[in-house]
Order: sequence, then structure tokens, then C-alpha cells
Amino acid sequence: MLFNYLLRLGDDRLVLGHRLSEWCGHGPILEEDIAAANIALDLLGQASMFLKYAGEVEGKGRDADALAYWRDETQFRNVQLVELPNGDYGFTILRQFLVSAWAYHHLGALAASADETLAGMAAKALKETRYHLRHSAEWVVRLGDGTDESHGRMQRALDELWPWTGELSWQHEVDAALRSEGIVPDLAALRGPFEAMAKEQFARATLVLPDGPMRMTGGRLGRHTEHLGHMLAEMQIVARSHPGAQW
Amino acid sequence: MSEPTQPKGSDDPAQVAAFEARIARGETIEPKDWMPERYRRQLVRMMSQHAHSEVVGMLPEGNWITRAPSLRRKISLLAKVQDEAGHGLYIYCGTETLGVDRAELIDQLLAGTAKYSSIFNYPTLTWADMGAIGWLVDGAAIVNQTMLAHASFGPYARAMVRICKEENFHKRQGYEIMATLAAGTPAQKAMAQDALDRWWWPSLMMFGPSDKESPNSAELLRWKIKQKGNDELRQRFVNLTVPQAAAIGLHIPDPLLTLDKETGDWEFGPIDWNEFMQVISGNGPCNRERLAARRKAHADGAWVRDAAVAHAAKDAARSAA
Ligand SMILES: [Fe+2]
Ligand SMILES: [Fe+2]
Repeated sequence: MLFNYLLRLGDDRLVLGHRLSEWCGHGPILEEDIAAANIALDLLGQASMFLKYAGEVEGKGRDADALAYWRDETQFRNVQLVELPNGDYGFTILRQFLVSAWAYHHLGALAASADETLAGMAAKALKETRYHLRHSAEWVVRLGDGTDESHGRMQRALDELWPWTGELSWQHEVDAALRSEGIVPDLAALRGPFEAMAKEQFARATLVLPDGPMRMTGGRLGRHTEHLGHMLAEMQIVARSHPGAQW
Repeated sequence: MSEPTQPKGSDDPAQVAAFEARIARGETIEPKDWMPERYRRQLVRMMSQHAHSEVVGMLPEGNWITRAPSLRRKISLLAKVQDEAGHGLYIYCGTETLGVDRAELIDQLLAGTAKYSSIFNYPTLTWADMGAIGWLVDGAAIVNQTMLAHASFGPYARAMVRICKEENFHKRQGYEIMATLAAGTPAQKAMAQDALDRWWWPSLMMFGPSDKESPNSAELLRWKIKQKGNDELRQRFVNLTVPQAAAIGLHIPDPLLTLDKETGDWEFGPIDWNEFMQVISGNGPCNRERLAARRKAHADGAWVRDAAVAHAAKDAARSAA
């Protein structure tokens, strides 16, 4: 059960870190190349940490690389939100804000986990997440309340992205079992604070939250968008072309 | 003290003489000091080329971040490319002390009128290229920049000191990638050798043509912007690198490479300057792709930069109200 939960934590960060790293060298301004790389580096570091622990919990001798490079897409447990292609910089930064705002609440709760290793890791990741949240929130306001064009782009990005956020607080029996032992929080209880934070920021950015339904998703069960397979094919190609090789 | 933007040819001979005396005494020139217009222009030319090289240089290595074969390698490659962005930013800021702003220099790069290091016009074809670039390209850059850390212009010299520390780290990281591959499976070792075969000669070309044919060398040496000639630096790089290749069992692709026992120099075969000229005149394997990528990033990011400016103006208006 904990293995499954750690995969979620690790995969969300691995996939989003990978997506962000795609910007490296192609950002809108050099300072943002650096900032996006910073966030990507933090996320990839967190992914390594959670996946390493997942491998230990599983106890079958798989390390973080084995989990990152040798699982197929149906074995990934990330939310679909993080696997969507980057879009323009506004889409990327708005997604980053949504994920960071969720992570801020989620990690904050996990830092009180009855599992001390997980609690320590969450506390460490939370520190980094505060910076990601601040940076992405500032850009959401800057772009939302910038020019007519940037406002339009950001509103369209929000309309597109918001319905994917339902999955962030989605729970099933894994959560129930771990919750009963005090290892993980009730995600439903985090939904309110997350939405309040998002709404406040969007108001400052002059953006309007869409009121349509959330999308049907299944990332936590290994059912992904068509995008993840392509991403993993690229990510895993070298490692898988040389089974058993050391790098 | 005078304007840094005086028109060409207006330099007062007495001031030039005083300036050259300062250089001869080994003094450091700071942005507010008087300097000949030619000196300022040479610095802007060199520093902007250097900054552009850092930024364009992000592209060949950026090509492999998404395919790095382990998490550790992915993180260290991304961090390296991020460092190069930082170097670019830092040197662009240095040129601003000479009265030229970044936007102007970037326009020159995108227009194709500014130069950057020709090495980045070669493609990165396998993972081993990440090793070869760190080892050879950062390695060559270190030889050059260690010398530039003593440049007579203070901001450039200080930038080089700081940047060189990171380049040293990049070089070790690249060499370690190569060493790991060379000690790995037969396919990995072949990959490493192939990368060395492709990057060796372009790395030697990084130092530029022989001083006899390098139009700027004499002036740069006289003003101590550079302290050593291209050939001397190239020889130093070869001398450092040949034993490193041997130590990991890789073969330098030069049949004429021989050790001169008297001088201790590794004599190398002739460099194909025709290839070099082809690449710097825009016909290298990736010149068009590199510029196209920079242009696309700049164009795609225009709305982001415009919005940031517009938002800052709104903020300022609101706080003034
Ligand atoms: Fe650099
Ligand atoms: Fe470097």
C-alpha cells in the first residue's frame, strides 16, 4: 500500500520534472530558463527520493532508476495533469502553480505522517515547494494581469487545466488503509484549502475559475493520457537499449 | 574619466599612452575608467561572443536531458546546462557595464551577425556526447578562461574566475561519464570512442586560428585582454588531454600524435581549417538549427516578456496612485 502511495509521490514529480526540463534552452527569457531548471531539479530530486524509498518498501531490490526507467506507462501512478504536454509558457507556469499549491497542502499534511521516513521526506520537499509556489504564483499574476494577449492565454490555460485538478484529491482503498494507520492525510480535507488558495491567486491575476465538471481521469490506477507513453519512450530509450549497463 | 561611448577615432593620444602605461603596470581597468574606444569594442565583441556561446551551448546538451539514462545523470546534466545559462546571464551583465545592453546583443545573435563558439554547431548524436562535451569542450573552455581570468578588464576577469570554478566541475563530470562508458559494455565503450572521434578536432578548433592568421590577436595581447596566443593555449589543452584519454583507454583520432620528449609537448597533426571556416561562415552541420531554436524561443517568449513589462507598469501605476 505504502509502495503504491510512494509511486504516486515519485511519479508526479518525475513526470513534471521531465516536462519542465523540456524548457531548458527554450525559455522566454534567460532568467526563466534558470528558474524552470531550478524547479525541475528539485522535482527530479524529490522523485529520486520518493522512488528510492518506494523500492525499499517494496523490498524486491528495485532502486529509483529501476522504477523510473523500467516500468511501462500503465505502471505509472502520476496524475494526468503532470503528463500533459507543456503548451506555451503560460500553460506550463499555471500548471506548475496548481501542482505546487496542491503539493504545498499535501506535503504539509504528510510531514505529520506516522511513518517517520515519509514525514522527513515530505518536510524536505515542502521547503522546496514553497519556492515553486511563490515563483509560479508570481508569474500567474504577472501573465494574467499583463497584456490583453497574456490575459487571454492564461484564461484559456486555466479553462483547460482546472478540470484536470479533480484527480489531485482522488482517493481509493490505498488511501483508506494508510489513513487508518495515520500514515497519510484525508485528501478530501485538503481540497478546500487548495481551492481557496487557487481562487485567491486567480482573483489577483484577474482570472476566472471555470465552473464546469472535473474530467474523468485514472492516473492513480495507471490509466493515462496518450501523451505519457511518448514521454516515457523518450525518457527510457537509452537506459532500455542497454540492459544491465551502468551509467 | 570620460564617456564610454565616445565616437571611434576620438581617442586623445596622451590618454591612450596613459592607459597603455596602466596596462603595462598590470593594473585592472574598471568600467568607469577611461579606455580607448577600440579596447571597449574588443571587449564587447569578446564578451558578447562568450555570452552567446554559453546560451547557444545549452542547445546541444539540452538535446539529451530528456534521454539521460539515469536519474542522477539527468539531474547533473540539467544542472550543468542551467549553469551555462547562468554564465550567459553573468557575462551579458558584464557587457552592460560597457554600455551595451543584453537586448541589443541578443538581436545581433538572432540576426546572425554575432558570432558564438563554432563547436556548438556540431550535433549531439549519442549519450556519450554528454561526456565528450563536458570533458573536451568545457575542458578547452577552462584553458582559455583560466587565461582570461587575468584579463585587464576587471568585470570580465572576475566573471571568468567565478565561471571557471563551475566549468571545472563540468569537465570532471564529463570525464567521469566518459570513464564510466569506457569501462562499460562493448556498446558503451564504442559509443565513447565514437564521441571522442567526432569531438576531438572541433575541440582543437575552439582556440581559433593560428595567431599568425588571427586578426585580433596582436591587439588583444597588447592590451592584456588575452595573455597567451591561440596556439599556446591549444598546445596546453592537447598536453592535458592526451594522458586523460589514455587513462581511460580511449584513442585520440590523430595518427600523427607524438610526444616531443624535449619540450614535453604532444605534437598533433594538421587541423582542417577549411572545415572551421565552413562552420563559422554558417555552413556547419547545425548552424541553422541552433539559430532557428534561439529565434523560436525568442519569438514564442515575446508575449511573456511583454506581459511582464506591462504588469510591472500597472503595479507601478497602482502604487503611485
Ligand atoms: Fe559555461
Ligand atoms: Fe560548462
